Amino acid sequence: MSGGTSEYSIAADGSFTAPLELSYPYKRTVGPILSRFLTSLRDQRVEGTKGSDGRVHVPPAEFDPVTGEHLTEWVDVASTGTIVTWSWQPAPVEGNTLQHPFAWALISLDGADTNLLHAVDAGSADAIKTGMRVTARWAAEPSGSISDIVCFDLTSGSPT
Amino acid sequence: MREVAIIASAQADNTATTTSTPVEMLIPVIQQVLANASMTKTDIGFWCHGSCDYMTGQPFSFVSAVDALGAWPPIIESHVEADGAFALYEAWLKIQTGEIDTALVFGNGRSSSGDINRILTLQLDPYVVGPLWPDDRSIAAMQARACLESGVVTERAMAEVAQRNHRNALTNPKALRRGDHSIEALMAAQLVADPLRELDCPAHADGVTAVIIAAGDRARGLAARPAWIRGIDHRIESQNLGNRSMTTLPSAALAAHKAGVANDKIDVAELHAPYTHQELLLTSALGLSEATTINPSGGALCANPMMSAGLARFAEAATRIMNGTADRALGHASSGPWMQQNLVCVLEGE
Amino acid sequence: MSDDVLRIRTPISIKYQYSAGPRVSSHLLGLMDGRFVGKRCPVCELVYMPPRNGTCAKCGALLGEDVEVGQRGTITTFCVVNVPFLGQTIKIPYVSATILLDGADMGMQHLIQEVDAADVRMGMRVEPVWRPREEWQPSLENVLHFRPTGEPDAPFESYAGHL
Repeated sequence: MSGGTSEYSIAADGSFTAPLELSYPYKRTVGPILSRFLTSLRDQRVEGTKGSDGRVHVPPAEFDPVTGEHLTEWVDVASTGTIVTWSWQPAPVEGNTLQHPFAWALISLDGADTNLLHAVDAGSADAIKTGMRVTARWAAEPSGSISDIVCFDLTSGSPT
Repeated sequence: MREVAIIASAQADNTATTTSTPVEMLIPVIQQVLANASMTKTDIGFWCHGSCDYMTGQPFSFVSAVDALGAWPPIIESHVEADGAFALYEAWLKIQTGEIDTALVFGNGRSSSGDINRILTLQLDPYVVGPLWPDDRSIAAMQARACLESGVVTERAMAEVAQRNHRNALTNPKALRRGDHSIEALMAAQLVADPLRELDCPAHADGVTAVIIAAGDRARGLAARPAWIRGIDHRIESQNLGNRSMTTLPSAALAAHKAGVANDKIDVAELHAPYTHQELLLTSALGLSEATTINPSGGALCANPMMSAGLARFAEAATRIMNGTADRALGHASSGPWMQQNLVCVLEGE
Repeated sequence: MSDDVLRIRTPISIKYQYSAGPRVSSHLLGLMDGRFVGKRCPVCELVYMPPRNGTCAKCGALLGEDVEVGQRGTITTFCVVNVPFLGQTIKIPYVSATILLDGADMGMQHLIQEVDAADVRMGMRVEPVWRPREEWQPSLENVLHFRPTGEPDAPFESYAGHL
């Protein structure tokens, strides 16, 4: 924790106030399914798992959403896709992969049946539309995490 | 099933910020709801609390709420890391077990302690979503866009929701935001998270709500016209935003079905929909008709005290039963991104 | 495969503005002046130091008048810490004690130093050792530790009700 008594101030009603920063350096074990997904991301590949109904889940589902069984069948999925919805973030926050205004989007990667939540470096809200094609921008120094995709970039190619 | 009714409620005035601690905020509301019911703390069989430690910024901060209750002699109490409305559901269940006949339920929180929009990111998948730090408003905005582009809602309909709630809030002294806005002004306002405008988004507030529920004849002895809980149900959807409907709320529809919403007309519905497009989705999912008055209090749009906004909806709905302005009302609480969880309660007067 | 990703770092950090609330201001101002200021419950008359949240934990009432307590107090219970842990700054073994300051009805926790751990006992009379005045903050950390006063131990009856 940081902040605290040395940086206090006193409000109009006499209350002592002080900044407090809570931070936790979490390290999470990922299990076999996410391990394979993140290892593939580190190699600039995207993989998903196939469910009992044939749907391909990206990010991969560990357990079938319909039957609850362990999923074991893997499918290669493209790192290109289509925007299915988006919103504009005019003021990026700490932790975002981009630190200038960008779009959040749900992206349907080619070959996947579920959508991936990620950032799109569209430049402005006028430049992005649902249906546009995007391609992953890979991190120069991957760490085996979702941010090995830094963001998605718009590509030419008409909206689908 | 035992009959259970809401017999009293109390709310703090919602404020944008306060220097009071969460416990200090609680004390007058606890005392008020007991006074409203002409009860003392020894009349209460169970105390159930809803709050969120991440909002307070202190681990186990919820424990200190017990200081507001005067827990000597020892009391039976419980806590949910959720809105007080879910604590009410737990208390309702405990009454069903026959262990208690009365319960005081409360929800509280200082949204202003930190950046609530950022804190809500912590409720997302911690492996592949949370680490990107998408904030709550951006996520709601994505749902709004999908609804607009599919035609499920329109910009005008969202503006009408904002207009109606802000006008209703003019008569609610507890609301934080209120006003008489024209549709044109609302639709021309600046976008804060395209496609959302400021008044499409909730007025985050520091607040407290407390409600007392009682069983059977005990309730009849405590209130002239108790608000009887005739149906209550809680359903939850997948946490995976990439594998959920963006334009419907199946969990709300199912909870409404299980709670028996459609059995008769609903006079008043208080909906815990923090964003305007969500009120539209919810109205549709719950099967509410135009005959239902929605959010006469101004709803969560005009005052969203995290962890008590849902319970406040129950309190507002129950108040209208108890004061005779409604015979059948709906109280609703939600939680999670895109209204992932929905708790629906049908209230009736005798 | 040994090269596979097995874990990820997902640090979180959130900034807050903490408020102690108006009811503990006199307590914090007291600490900045080298005094222990608590508050009395108007209903059950218990004196709390510190007056956390300004509420009475027993009856739920808002605490009322300010009451200065101490400086000295009595150890009601204590423990000897022998186990090293991450972030430890004090040399082990050390003693953490509950101290009932003279005039208070609730014990407060602090460190006992300037005495062998083996000689610490219930009923021991202690007094605070304050940091230099120029270092004082609105915090109980203004007190470095408590040390024995050398007085005879307090009789058991004087603190038996506070165990």
